Amino acid sequence: MNAAQDTGETLLERAPQALRDLLTSHLPEPWRWFANSLIAIVAILAVFGLLFAALTLAERKILGRVQNRPGPNRTGPFGLLQPIADGIKMLSKEDIVPRDADHLLHFLAPVTLLASSILAFAVIPYGRHLIPVELDAAVLYFFCVGATTELAVFMAGWSSHNKYSLLAAMRALAQLISYELPLLLSWLPVVMISGTLSTTGIVAAQSAWRWGWMPTWHVFTPWGLAGFVIFMVAALAESNRSPFDLPEAESELIAGHLTEYSGCKYVFFFMAEYFGMTALSGMAVTLFLGGWHAPLPSLEFIPSYVWFGAKLITLLMGFIWIRATFPRLRIDQLTRFAWKFLVPLALVNLGTTAFWSLSFGWTGPLLAARCTVAVILVVVPFVLLGRRLSSGLTPRTYSYAP
Amino acid sequence: MLGTGLLQGLAVTAKNFAGSFHDPKRLTTVEYPEKKSVIPEAFRNFPFLVSENAEDPMGTLRCVACQICEKECPPQCIYIEKSKDKKPDASGKMQIYPAVFRIDSSVCMNCQICVEVCPFDAIKMDHVYEIATSERFETLLLDRHDLAKPNSYFHQIRPLEAAEVDGRLTAERKAAEEKAKAAALAKAALAAKPAAPAPAAPPKPPEQA
Amino acid sequence: MTTALLILIALVTLCSAATAMLLRNLIHSVLLLIGSWIGVSVFYLFAGAEFVAFAQVLVYVGAVSMVVLFAVLLTRRSRADMAVSPDTQSRAVSAVLAAGAVLAVLLYAVLLTPLPSGISQGPSANVRQIGTELMGTHAAALLVIGMILTVATLGGVVIASTDGASKKEGPK
Repeated sequence: MNAAQDTGETLLERAPQALRDLLTSHLPEPWRWFANSLIAIVAILAVFGLLFAALTLAERKILGRVQNRPGPNRTGPFGLLQPIADGIKMLSKEDIVPRDADHLLHFLAPVTLLASSILAFAVIPYGRHLIPVELDAAVLYFFCVGATTELAVFMAGWSSHNKYSLLAAMRALAQLISYELPLLLSWLPVVMISGTLSTTGIVAAQSAWRWGWMPTWHVFTPWGLAGFVIFMVAALAESNRSPFDLPEAESELIAGHLTEYSGCKYVFFFMAEYFGMTALSGMAVTLFLGGWHAPLPSLEFIPSYVWFGAKLITLLMGFIWIRATFPRLRIDQLTRFAWKFLVPLALVNLGTTAFWSLSFGWTGPLLAARCTVAVILVVVPFVLLGRRLSSGLTPRTYSYAP
Repeated sequence: MLGTGLLQGLAVTAKNFAGSFHDPKRLTTVEYPEKKSVIPEAFRNFPFLVSENAEDPMGTLRCVACQICEKECPPQCIYIEKSKDKKPDASGKMQIYPAVFRIDSSVCMNCQICVEVCPFDAIKMDHVYEIATSERFETLLLDRHDLAKPNSYFHQIRPLEAAEVDGRLTAERKAAEEKAKAAALAKAALAAKPAAPAPAAPPKPPEQA
Repeated sequence: MTTALLILIALVTLCSAATAMLLRNLIHSVLLLIGSWIGVSVFYLFAGAEFVAFAQVLVYVGAVSMVVLFAVLLTRRSRADMAVSPDTQSRAVSAVLAAGAVLAVLLYAVLLTPLPSGISQGPSANVRQIGTELMGTHAAALLVIGMILTVATLGGVVIASTDGASKKEGPK
């Protein structure tokens, strides 16, 4: 491990740090800390702003390909300038505020939402040396920042002075609160096993190699896989992504709590959705997919932040793939899925993790027993709960006109 | 088990995504202004007047200004004025021709009734679809110069129908020619009857005489 | 610098709490209340109690505020409904008495708490210690509080569901 770390300290690995130090080295000492933080903020905003732009284009391209059409390809080569065109269009639109709206809250809602979704980027370790803020309770910070999005959604819905906005906001809140619980329960096992709430600590807990080649990422354990799946499903719902995009179901509602928003403020909501999705994916990478660690020992020469980016983009592509595939749920199906399936499963998963952590020292045949029991503890509740969830529901039969 | 359907769905979309890069069946979009889709032969949009040859379209229109289409046209978008004089048609027969033949393309609804009723195969449905103009009145009213298109164009857009029409027309013309020949022969015979006996008769009259 | 910041946060917290009580618009009051909760959590953060600060935001801003907002939206019948003046003299007097009693208890507790003078190094409690404490020495208290909250939730459900029962009795 140490040897690997030493070889991993290549020039590229250090490059972001070195660049930053080069910029701030001539500043006086008391200012250097401030400048370093500022550079970190600017870097995060620039990188994730660009990622947001690229993601909107990638999403439209991939959705197009899945639906047997090429997607946007008119603006610039291969449609690469489409995000810029979209941005100019959105920013130059008129900002309409309803006459009876609560102007201050109507303005504050998108700002709060965007601010909280950007704040979430602060504690994610992007690379071996790349973490903006190191906190003792970083995971808790991440989710407490995420909790304020609910407030922003309510503010948007209520301040618009539009009954549809308010109703949609209430629905959105019901969804967000329902999925907050499985989201929180799904990462608790990780904290139980790694014994820390700090993101660097959690990444460090996944740094070893089993049998010299298999990474000890949490997702490669039975409880970790279950936790990862629950986390991703809840993350889909928390970031209002399809198939849980009821709050702004484009084809059914006008735009939910965004009905009365236009122009720049609408872009803020849009950005916040993508930032939230990116941040949750980054957290999923940190918690379950080994953070910035390479998947094979021989691949460690590639800088850690590249691995983090690759994993992050893979998850984001997964989000888009899911959006391209599944139809939207109904609100009752949505809440039933959360309370009757995800929450019990996450609670059982806590027990599985407790067993896993208690049986830590088992070796030989006991190791096999440990794995078997853990797999059974994950699979059996899944099958039973799944059967209960879909009981009485048969595949729909369609009759076509002859 | 719960989730198998989801995985199947994901497989379907993944297949579509991957297929769109190599399988033309999974990327069906034709990027219109640059590429145009192949139009089936029976596609119809807006009528045109068939002329026999491209060099002299006005002189060889098949239309004889019978005005049946004008009367049958449901939205009444056809306007025809007969000519005062006559011109020889393709078979050399003297015919009236349309001095004015106008179709209002903003009114025409592409119903093909004019084509159905035309006894001379003079009007046919076209394949054009880029008929937008930048102006609302003059350019939408098409006169016979705009409407006339040669028979070779008709062959190009619908080879089967054009071949059938040409076959029928030549057969008709041949029949007409034969008829005319026969008629001419009969006429000649009729004319010769008084004359025909003449060569034979001459010996007679003198007899009679 | 830090002192000024602390005073500023205290002012924001107190002012938003005070304005929350004065405002007519209940939604604004709730939002200001949430603002004061956030102010309190910033204090925790300053005191080095990260865990408590984040838990405060997660629980109060994330969850309790939603409960309050839902309660406000579901109970208020109309804008004109909100009582501005007390119904009777005796009610006003008892309200003042109750509020005064609460204030007295709070003041008593605050004044009698021995506050360390000067800057003191607070107990450096990390998450692990908090967890061990809660699950070890204070496990019984934690369980009791959990029980009470569960009972309260069940009571809320029961109260909310009597609505349908009374409707059934209605036509009799």
